[in-house]
Amino acid sequence: MQIRASGALAALATLFALSTAAFAQDGEPIKLGVLEDQSGDFALATIGKVHGIELATEEINAEGGIAGRPIQLVTYDTQSDNRRYQEFMRRVLQRDKVDVVFAGFSSASREAYRPIVDQFKGLAFYNNQYEGGVCDANMIVTGAVPEQQFSTLIPYMMEKFGKNVYTIAADYNFGQISAEWVRDIVKENGGTMAGEEFIPLGVSQFSQTIQNIQKAKPDFLVTLLVGTAQASYYEQAASANVDLPMASSVNVGQGYEHKRFTPPSLANMYVTTNWIEEVDNPASKAFVEKWHKKFPDEPYINQEAENSYIAVYLYKQMVERAGSTDHDAIRKVIAEGDVCMDAPEGHVCIDPKSQHMSHTIYLAKVNEDHSISFPKVWDDIKPYWLGDVGCDLTKENPEAQYTPSDNPKAASK
Amino acid sequence: MDFLSGLFSFLYQTGDAFAFLVLSACGLAVIFGMMGVINLAHGEFILCGAYVSTTAARMGLPLPLSICLGAIVAGLVGMLLERAIIRHLYSRPLDTIVVTWGISMIATQGTLILLGSSIAGTGTPFGSFAVGGYGYSVYRLVLMLAAVATLAGLWLIFTRTRFGILARATIQVPHIAEALGVNTSLIYSLTFGLGAALAGLCGGLYAPTMTLVPTMGSAFVVEAFVTVVVGGADIFLGTAPAAAILAFVKAGLTSWQGQLAGQIGLLVAVIVVIRILPRGLTGFILRERA
Repeated sequence: MQIRASGALAALATLFALSTAAFAQDGEPIKLGVLEDQSGDFALATIGKVHGIELATEEINAEGGIAGRPIQLVTYDTQSDNRRYQEFMRRVLQRDKVDVVFAGFSSASREAYRPIVDQFKGLAFYNNQYEGGVCDANMIVTGAVPEQQFSTLIPYMMEKFGKNVYTIAADYNFGQISAEWVRDIVKENGGTMAGEEFIPLGVSQFSQTIQNIQKAKPDFLVTLLVGTAQASYYEQAASANVDLPMASSVNVGQGYEHKRFTPPSLANMYVTTNWIEEVDNPASKAFVEKWHKKFPDEPYINQEAENSYIAVYLYKQMVERAGSTDHDAIRKVIAEGDVCMDAPEGHVCIDPKSQHMSHTIYLAKVNEDHSISFPKVWDDIKPYWLGDVGCDLTKENPEAQYTPSDNPKAASK
Repeated sequence: MDFLSGLFSFLYQTGDAFAFLVLSACGLAVIFGMMGVINLAHGEFILCGAYVSTTAARMGLPLPLSICLGAIVAGLVGMLLERAIIRHLYSRPLDTIVVTWGISMIATQGTLILLGSSIAGTGTPFGSFAVGGYGYSVYRLVLMLAAVATLAGLWLIFTRTRFGILARATIQVPHIAEALGVNTSLIYSLTFGLGAALAGLCGGLYAPTMTLVPTMGSAFVVEAFVTVVVGGADIFLGTAPAAAILAFVKAGLTSWQGQLAGQIGLLVAVIVVIRILPRGLTGFILRERA
């Protein structure tokens, strides 16, 4: 008799626990941490990312949230400062106990906070284009990577303008690794590097750099300049009549330089981007209209803003299919290989091996009057490089960043 | 011809770096070098000049007038700040660091909130010219002339006008100047305003060549402090030769090894000069070696 009573009690307790859990699931909001630079040198390109997250959150909450649970945003301004990222990443993971974090613009910031995400087994979305190579199961990357932006852009430019290439790049991990990509692709296609210069972040005077470029006489120039100070290059190059075709993975699609500078200082600039507000298709037009309704004063909607917006919807899909916000359950869903959606740019999917995203890549050309035309579009370019060099997050999680010269495949050779 | 064009290019680059250092440092040389106020809001006076002159130019005012307007507005803002805040801190140099740093943050963030993350520029006027196969910007020559003209103007103000003599007297021995009937508080105010106006002038002059964002002032601040520290207290014996030497070092290294080497060279030059000449070039020229 006694045994039966305790059994009944245990059953009752379990039932009670289950019902409160279900209750918590129903009402309790899903907490989404947002760490983006809303002030400082990068603010210009990243305020739109916060707006993208807010817009998607508002839409999802109006439709009943994620599996019945509303999204609650926990937003901090990281001030374009890597130390703030570390501070706030600890805060959202330890004190605010968020379910997921959307964080980071510069690669230096990402590498500053990534060890903290790994340490606390958090889940972070990096919604920014970057130099590629992050093989980390705690990260999901929706931004474009070099095999999407450079493997398309550089061969196109070499065919059109010539094989002698000059690179100027911001002097930190993004610029250094991206320049390595450019160098490798130029070599593979039988070209030569006329020169390379790395510019410290915050430099705004380019007289001598301009002359070094003129001296080397390249066929075209790859500009991987980051931040508002470095953007002064274009105005100064135009006034010295450099007049070279330019190629970039970060300009226009990120800092909308074609809107900010007086024509024709950016004329003849070619950029590969996964989306910008000029993209001309019905889904994209509707997206821009919806955006301006909520943020009428938005100066420009860039590719990272779109990435951030669709990342919220992708997260919603993963949580609903996994039945919880648990990371292992979410990774099982990603491993199925069909976490996809129709975004303003086109159809996108998360690749299970690298947890990066496939993209439609638009080649944007800046015309004399700074209007944009799209000479070429590549559909559905997959983030294949990490898988090729031996990153497979469905099997193991090295929590590392690989580069063209430093990866498992290069090491085994 | 090749030698001549190489020589021209080196002179142009050195002149360009010289102009940048002189124009960004002049205002600070007055406020920090002469008055001893460590003004960390220097960059924000530059920002003020740049935003005012660009807005005026886009509203149709001719560019030279817009630049002057930028300088005047920055000067007035400087005088206002001096009256309201800075004057209470003349005997507390360390506190001025904190206060001006605070002003700088409020100005940067306030600009971001009120005016957004950037404003449209005017474009660089005058176009380009070519020497020996290289293109050069004409406006950069204007900047060099402006730097020289600013130095000449300052020299006239401080040696040939009543205000200049009173200002130097007030700063050297304030109580004697006051005993002789000088309105020292007005002189302090005007001198601070002059420094702020020079910063505004720098902002106005460089605005057509740069990205106009709330943080743009920070691009000038390091170079300005470096030049003033190397130069020492006197604008003509210190700031001008310091700018010339640093420009030579920076242009030489940048053309040889790129921007990074130029930046490193600039900072190494400062460390060396401060180690050997603690009172800057001014002290060296006046044989006041400590």
